Amino acid sequence: MVRKLGIMLGAVAALAFAAGTAQAQKPKPGGTLVFAISAETPNYDCHGSDTYATLHFSSPFYSTLLRYNLAKFPEIEGDLAKSWTVSPDKLTYTFTLHDGVKFHDGTPLTSADIKATYDRLRNPAEGVVSNRKATFADIDTIETPNPTTVVFKLKAVNSSMLDHFASPWNCVYSAKDLAADQNAPRTKINGTGPFVFVEHIKGSHVAGKKNENYFKKGLPYLDGFKGVFTLQAAAMLNALQGGQVLAEFRGVSPAERDRIVQAMGDRIRVEESSWTLNLLVAFNVEKPPFNDVRVRRALLMAIDRWGGSQGLSRISTLRSVGGVIRPGAPLATPEAELVKLPGFSKDIKKAREEAKKLLKEAGQENLKFTLWNRNLAMPYTPAGIFLVDQWRQIGVEVEHKQSDTAPYLAGLRSGNYDVAIDFSNLFNDDATLALTKYLSHSKNPLNLARANDEEIDALYEKQLREGDIEKRKGYIRALEKRLFEQAYQQPLFWWHRIVLTHKPVMGWKMSPSHNLGQDLAEVWLNQ
Amino acid sequence: MTMATTALPAPAAEKSPGRMREFIRQQPLGAVSFVIIFLMMFAGIFCNYVAPYDPLQIDFASILSPPSWEHWCGTDAYGRDICSRLIYGARTALVIGFTSSFIGSTLGAILGVASAYFGGRIDNWIQRFMDILLAFPLIVLALVVVAALRRMVVGGVDINLIFAIAIPIIPRVARVVRAAALGVRVMPYVDAARAAGYSHSRIIFRHMAPNVVAPYLIMLTAFIAQAILAEASLSFLGLGVVEPTAAWGLMLSGNAADFYREAPWMILFPGIAISLAVFAFNLFGDALRDYLDPRFKV
Repeated sequence: MVRKLGIMLGAVAALAFAAGTAQAQKPKPGGTLVFAISAETPNYDCHGSDTYATLHFSSPFYSTLLRYNLAKFPEIEGDLAKSWTVSPDKLTYTFTLHDGVKFHDGTPLTSADIKATYDRLRNPAEGVVSNRKATFADIDTIETPNPTTVVFKLKAVNSSMLDHFASPWNCVYSAKDLAADQNAPRTKINGTGPFVFVEHIKGSHVAGKKNENYFKKGLPYLDGFKGVFTLQAAAMLNALQGGQVLAEFRGVSPAERDRIVQAMGDRIRVEESSWTLNLLVAFNVEKPPFNDVRVRRALLMAIDRWGGSQGLSRISTLRSVGGVIRPGAPLATPEAELVKLPGFSKDIKKAREEAKKLLKEAGQENLKFTLWNRNLAMPYTPAGIFLVDQWRQIGVEVEHKQSDTAPYLAGLRSGNYDVAIDFSNLFNDDATLALTKYLSHSKNPLNLARANDEEIDALYEKQLREGDIEKRKGYIRALEKRLFEQAYQQPLFWWHRIVLTHKPVMGWKMSPSHNLGQDLAEVWLNQ
Repeated sequence: MTMATTALPAPAAEKSPGRMREFIRQQPLGAVSFVIIFLMMFAGIFCNYVAPYDPLQIDFASILSPPSWEHWCGTDAYGRDICSRLIYGARTALVIGFTSSFIGSTLGAILGVASAYFGGRIDNWIQRFMDILLAFPLIVLALVVVAALRRMVVGGVDINLIFAIAIPIIPRVARVVRAAALGVRVMPYVDAARAAGYSHSRIIFRHMAPNVVAPYLIMLTAFIAQAILAEASLSFLGLGVVEPTAAWGLMLSGNAADFYREAPWMILFPGIAISLAVFAFNLFGDALRDYLDPRFKV
């Protein structure tokens, strides 16, 4: 036993040394990184998107005000902001911008661009979609005293504000472009990021070349990149194994990892982490019979999450059972409390009996509906197969309908579905960020269940303003309880992230979110 | 005409067993393939009674179990019984295969007969259009159609998938049937029908179509195999039937690609089922042609 422990410690030390040596290597400039993107973005606009398909496409072209330091996650560092201060009353945030930053079209970046960007995020014009409207609702005014200073004044204290400023979705757009057309970022790319847009061939790839005027001197290391759309998992894995692509930054399943490692041995790097991402079951509460809480609850109670997580974690990226906050995070609901909430019981037989009773009471014993799902093999298809099976066990007949990313999202947003597999794509463990998804639909269009619940809104506000961590936890628990009792939507499983990169790909940093670190500025090829 | 019809009373009841024996004696491979098709149809129709397990039932305790007495063909990545999925998959294959082949062959036969009957400019236009469709391989054209049309599921069957497979069959059948109909068009009874003032549709459907039934039946049978293969290919490519429906092509894709090394039975049995079905329908079509065509009896 002691000997085994010694060997393990030795191996860990050797790995740590090897990793340290690799990271300490001097970056080599040049080369083009070809990587896989397993979904194609419906448009280029970060503000109105929730899918990594947009970020993996657009991030290399844009900068944000702040960002996460992935080496010390969740520490925040400046991106366009050289420095910042927060007033003692926590109501004023002042940012000083880097000098000499230019958009790819040659226009200098000023505080006016930051103001235009955040005005679009918090208060989008008619016809413009901003999925961050709710998170920036506390901003009262944005002032630009000089070209390199921008001052945000809040209406109320917001304990999550810096995290919101560090969101990778806040791509900074040119005020000039937005003045011409508020929807310009959907179809036109003009950022200040490390790469300049070259081309987007639909169904094939996106390409970028090095931004010679990038404000961070010496970066990026790469001459360019090419993101290849590999919509079929098998095609992506074959391309990865064959060296046609050198990385896929979203994540693969354990079986896919094993296949590639078996085939490539030590030529491939495997990095793993829990994931700030979950799949949700969402009911369209505007459509009968899902406007009946008994029907929604019955369907959630029929799902054997605990048994399912054991099986699905072997074959997919789905792994943990949790509430609205990532399991293991400081504010997450512990398992002992979770099992008492509707839909999380470990006594599945009893829960299903109760579910059948609820359906009978609601007059829905022969319930039939369509499950709206995304046509992404991992992990949407396994989740769909699993749910269809779970609901059949209480006599419910489900038709599984899968669509490509763009029509899938369009269906979700227009409310053209019965029950859907939705996702909560977070970039940190901040409670406010996680809970925004469940705010009333009137306040946040990202609540795709389309539910309006004043009690949830009030609890959200309370936790947002609360400085005492224990009291805040109490509000979060109360919100979660209300949400699950009303059964508008509920996390199904939290994901586990496994990223495969060819060994020559250096400088990319693993994190619990696939939305972060995708600007590729510090990535280099050791060839 | 009427007299000719009534003058030929056929003792059908006595003749059928004799014909069956004759078919078996003349076409033994055809008879074997018919047995396979019959078993497939039986499994497809009575799958609820024949299948040992529910094909959609997940059993995480049995993930990737090898073939055993409990699971004859093993289980897949969700612990679902492969044998039961194959049996239910026969229904999917037959429904889509037969329906699309029937629609494609029937439309093709109508177009072929009409083209031969009218001749001239109409024949020219129809045939040039058929040439355009024939320029695309069956699976490529089916891919284009299925990608262009949205999924439209009625009673668990994707109607657009059926049409996607049926459309490429039309020109292939139309061409063969037209060739047969050209011979029928010059027959005296067609001229007599024209002279009697019958409508075009009556002449086509009552007098010409029955005389091209043999090539139509042969094409119909042969294209069932092609349609089953097309359905399997489209499902494999993610454009056909959607999980968790039991379908042979679908069983070869998805998780099968991840686990075929450690669980080869996941691809072996669906592969055998597809091969056997295609083999049986092709062979039966050939045997039917040989049996029905008088030239092969000489």
